[in-house]
Amino acid sequence: MADAAVALGAPPAEAAERPSFEVVPRKGLIGVAVVLAAVIAAIAANKLWPLAFLHFVGGASWTIIDLFMGFMLGPILGKLSIPARIELTTKLMPKMLLLMPTVVTATLAAGWQLGVHLGTVQSSYYHHGWTVASFIVVGIMAIIALGLLEPANVAVLMELKKPKPNPAVIERLMKRFIYTSGLTGLMQVATLVIMAKLTVG
Amino acid sequence: MDERRLPPVTEIGMASLGLIVAGGIYLAAHLPQHVPLAPAVVLLAASAALLAGNLLALSRVGGFAWDRFFAVARWALLAYTITAGLIEFAFLRDHMSGGPLVVLTLSLVVYAVHVPTLIGFTVARYAVPGEG
Repeated sequence: MADAAVALGAPPAEAAERPSFEVVPRKGLIGVAVVLAAVIAAIAANKLWPLAFLHFVGGASWTIIDLFMGFMLGPILGKLSIPARIELTTKLMPKMLLLMPTVVTATLAAGWQLGVHLGTVQSSYYHHGWTVASFIVVGIMAIIALGLLEPANVAVLMELKKPKPNPAVIERLMKRFIYTSGLTGLMQVATLVIMAKLTVG
Repeated sequence: MDERRLPPVTEIGMASLGLIVAGGIYLAAHLPQHVPLAPAVVLLAASAALLAGNLLALSRVGGFAWDRFFAVARWALLAYTITAGLIEFAFLRDHMSGGPLVVLTLSLVVYAVHVPTLIGFTVARYAVPGEG
C-alpha cells in the first residue's frame, strides 16, 4: 500500500507570502546544549536531587505543552486566517523544533537514571507492573512523536521557507502536528496516573 | 498538477521504531535479572530489516527530491546521534554490559538512522527535485 498521493508541480492556487525566519533558531541551540549538559552531569553524578529536578521539570513541561498544543492552541489555530496561521506557525514551530526533543530527552534520560537510583526500574520493585506500564505508554508516545510529530514540525518549516509556500501542504502538516500533539496529550494523562501511583506507592 | 505514489515510508518507519521500543521495554522490564536475549534479538532484526527495506524502497523512487532529503536528514542525523549517545551514556553509567548492551546499542543505531530518514522523507515528499 502506498502513501496518499502528493500533489506537486503546478503552483498552488492560494500561495501564501514567504515569511522570514530561522528553521532552527541558533540562539536556542545554546539553551539546548545547557540542558543536555545538565542531564549528562546529573547522570554522571547520579545524585537524587538533580535527577529528580530534571525529570520533574521535563515531564511537567512535556505534559503541559502536549495538552496545550492539542487542546488549546490547535483548535484556535484552525480558526485563524491563513496569513495569521502562517505568522503564528513561523514564530511557534522553530521553537517547538528545539524545545520538544530537548524536553523529551531530558525527561526520559533523567527519569531512567532516577529509576535506577531509586530502584523503581528493577523487576523486584513492588510496583513493577506500574513501572512497565509507564515504559509502554512512554514508548507509544515516543513512536508517535518521532514518526509523525517531529517530521511534520520540520516539514512545515521547510515548506514555509519556499518562495511560494503551499497552504494546502502547511494545513495538512499542521493538522498532523496538532492531532498527534492531542493524542500524546491524552496519553500524558495516563502517564500522570502512573506517576502519581508510583510516587505515593 | 501531477501526482505520484510513494512507498509507505512513514508507516514502515513507525513499525520499525515500535519493534525496537518493544525490545527495549522487554529488556528493561527484566532488569537486573538475567534476560533471555532471543526475543529482543528477533525484534531488533525485524526492525533493522524494515529499516533496510524502507531505504531500498525509497532509493527506487523516481524524481524524488534527494537534495532536500539529504539537506534535512544529515542535520537530523547529527541531532539524533547526540540523543542516542546520551542514552548510551546512561546505559554505560549503569554498568550495563554483554548481550543486553549490544542489543540496546544496535537499537539506538536503528533509531538514530530511521528517525532522520522519516524527517528527510516527510520534507522531501513535498519538494520538487532541484528547487533547493
